Amino acid sequence: MANILKPDEMIRSINYTPPATEWMETPIDLSPGRFAYPAKLDKVEYLMHEVPGVFGNPRTWNPEDADWKLPSNWKEIVVNGFKERLDKYRSLKVFMDICVRCGACADKCHFFIGGGDPKNMPVLRAELMRSIYRGEFTLAGKILGKLTGARVMEEDVLKEWFLYFYQCTECRRCSLYCPYGIDTAEVTMMARELLHLVGININWILEPAANCTRTGNHLGIQPHAFKDIVEFMVDDIETITGKRMNVPLNEKGHEVLFITPSGDAFADPGIYTFMGYLMLFDAIGLDYTLSTYASEGGNFGLFTHSDMMKAINGKMYSEANRLGCKWILGGECGHMWRVVNQYMDTMNGSLQGPQMQTPVNPITGTVFKNAKQTKMVHIAEFTADLIKHNKLKLDKSRNSDIIATWHDSCNTARGMGMFEEPRYVLQNVVDQFYDMPTNTIREQTFCCAGGSGLNTEEIMDIRMRGGLPRGNALKYVQDKHGVNTMACVCAIDRATLIPLADYWAPGVKITGLHELVANALILDGEEERTMNLRQEPLPGFEEE
Amino acid sequence: MKAIYSLILVLALVVIATLGAGAAKMQTIFAYCVPGTAFVIFVVGFVAKIIGWAKSPVPFRIPTTGGQQQSLDWIPQNKWDNPSTGPQTAMRMFLEIVTFRSLFRNTKVVLKHDDGKNPVVAYVSNKWLWLFAILFHYSFLIIVLRHMRLFLQPVPQVIVAIEFVDSVLQIYTPILYQTDTLILAGAGFLLARRLFDAKLRYISLVNDYFPLMLILAIALSGMYMRYIAKVDIMAIKEVVMGLTTFHFKAPVGIDISFYVHLFLVSTLLVYFPFSKLMHLGGVFLSPTRNLPNDTRMHHHENPWNNPAIKPHSYEAYEDEFREPMFEAGLPLEKNPEEAA
Repeated sequence: MANILKPDEMIRSINYTPPATEWMETPIDLSPGRFAYPAKLDKVEYLMHEVPGVFGNPRTWNPEDADWKLPSNWKEIVVNGFKERLDKYRSLKVFMDICVRCGACADKCHFFIGGGDPKNMPVLRAELMRSIYRGEFTLAGKILGKLTGARVMEEDVLKEWFLYFYQCTECRRCSLYCPYGIDTAEVTMMARELLHLVGININWILEPAANCTRTGNHLGIQPHAFKDIVEFMVDDIETITGKRMNVPLNEKGHEVLFITPSGDAFADPGIYTFMGYLMLFDAIGLDYTLSTYASEGGNFGLFTHSDMMKAINGKMYSEANRLGCKWILGGECGHMWRVVNQYMDTMNGSLQGPQMQTPVNPITGTVFKNAKQTKMVHIAEFTADLIKHNKLKLDKSRNSDIIATWHDSCNTARGMGMFEEPRYVLQNVVDQFYDMPTNTIREQTFCCAGGSGLNTEEIMDIRMRGGLPRGNALKYVQDKHGVNTMACVCAIDRATLIPLADYWAPGVKITGLHELVANALILDGEEERTMNLRQEPLPGFEEE
Repeated sequence: MKAIYSLILVLALVVIATLGAGAAKMQTIFAYCVPGTAFVIFVVGFVAKIIGWAKSPVPFRIPTTGGQQQSLDWIPQNKWDNPSTGPQTAMRMFLEIVTFRSLFRNTKVVLKHDDGKNPVVAYVSNKWLWLFAILFHYSFLIIVLRHMRLFLQPVPQVIVAIEFVDSVLQIYTPILYQTDTLILAGAGFLLARRLFDAKLRYISLVNDYFPLMLILAIALSGMYMRYIAKVDIMAIKEVVMGLTTFHFKAPVGIDISFYVHLFLVSTLLVYFPFSKLMHLGGVFLSPTRNLPNDTRMHHHENPWNNPAIKPHSYEAYEDEFREPMFEAGLPLEKNPEEAA
């Protein structure tokens, strides 16, 4: 971890009193640690070729330099792009007009709570754009200028946008409290689209988007390597359970296509969740296949541009058609489900082949009516249904060393509303479960502060500050109930919550839901288990 | 500073009306021309704004879900906060508009880090904004409805009933309407928090202070007319009826405070469609509230969806990785020999 303050120092450094200068006069701080690194030139060029019209001005540049090497007509590009989006999105147009600056959103943002920078108040973040709207597109703003909170597009404004629209994780917590439902995520998306047009971008988003386009997943795992990874997992499962299972890859003629974020295929603790899926499918005899071409559930296009999102998402239906699958089962992920639940069918519904059908759980016969249009089911919904129908043999005692809490991911919370399904599953596989305080869970949940493509190391100070609300709520249940495990259904969370917990609530480990399911799951013909999926001894099998 | 500008602006409006209708004897202009024009600007501006918004499509259904989704039959759905049908969405909108439901959720962050040992970040219930916003808006609504007695002959029973309830406490002469004091309390609170809460002061613009002060000035001038100047209501009604029925008569014997009140209201009408006050119309059009969370169940059409945007094709993928895929034993559409 980069050189950042200690937790108690960080807490003490938070000051909610705004600076003496008005925000338009307050200069921006572009020192190292305040921004994520720009995208590599070859990634931008590749994406420009793959998805035309979205990205521009490929070059090598450094945000610390005064000269950002913008095209000479950058202002025209941004202002025209802004105008175009006002005509394409009613959300943007309405949100630019109706904010009354009541301030209800001000202290709802995790970055503001942990940092105190007033430009991280959602209202002010949106004002960064709204001020330009007034200055460029309204008569009063053009005449009266600053008096009405209007200003015109300048290079410093663009730099300010880069700073603050990459300090928004699009978690939509502010939107919940807004009396008009103004959604900062929507504003952030528009600002990022405009920034892309003139070549202002971050590598942590564009490299995964480019990888996903080319290799099928964000991490750039090529098909043969993906197969190797699955083999490793199968080996590990055999070590743990004594059972060797067959995992179909790119096979035609199976009922279900299973797609999960590639984060699950790559690093701890995601791989344990992936192993959990495989063990679950084996236990119920699911007729499924994985795909290497569509080996990514997540969609960093969501953090980039609607066209990029559509292009990446289209692989899911294309692959289901090629392989002849009837429906798609989706793994544990957060922003993947924002896309699937709110964008997928609208963007790519026409790609669905005639073989696709309303998902039916082949084990229980449950028809997933809520997915009849997209033909895509979340695995927490699927597993909750299995458990409700007593189709899984579970031995909770294998998780008896776990005192769990549940982290609702922003996107499955406020972009979907999946609260009870994962809790039901969790409570059926662990005995001890305690929710965090009410104002920090479910629809009011706090972000891991690494969502929307911000889970990169170079902005660790920003991330840990943004992680304070989640971390402090976790610390609360750790102290009060001895919670030692935070479970979640989000691949980004499984990466970001680890440093967050180490920092704010040391001693709490992070798991996916299906890691815990698979620990408790009794497979037919398995050997007596002495270790969990992490190959740590199960309770009662610790070495003396 | 912004608050002071706004105050000066409102005072200037009062002076203009006082001088114009008083010293300059332009009663007809201030009684008929100004409010008539203002009303036309208000209606045209309001409608134009709504049409302007409605012209932009809603490409995606992006409701902010505030409760359990509709999924498995045995999991109770939170139908008001996460609607999946039209009627449920209508209920969500009704509660939003009538009870300010989202604002009712409001919390306040409290950070305690004095001892540094056990830092606590807490979120305490904070309903003051909701309470005073409700007081302000409902008082405003009732006051507007009460004023309809000036526009309608005979006065409808419903308006008489509203007046009766609003003056039920029977204090002071002329009898005090409760909403007159409540709107002052509501608007006063909204103004005070802008002035005294550092965060609010930081984000507030002239656009925020001006309408609040204007509305306060309207309320105060109206109360002055009723409770202190005790203006001739029948004479005013004649003017108003003349305005609505196009039978203009030169107003006589009406206190100057009437012209001030009317001029401030006219200013509000003109200002309304070009300001944040349009949240009155916008709240109905907010895509995070007025749509069901149902795009997994039903198709939503994006009018500018571009079918030319296709994913990087499987063929291109296999072409690039065919050799290693073949060696790894992964199924292929074309094996390397066929491809060659």
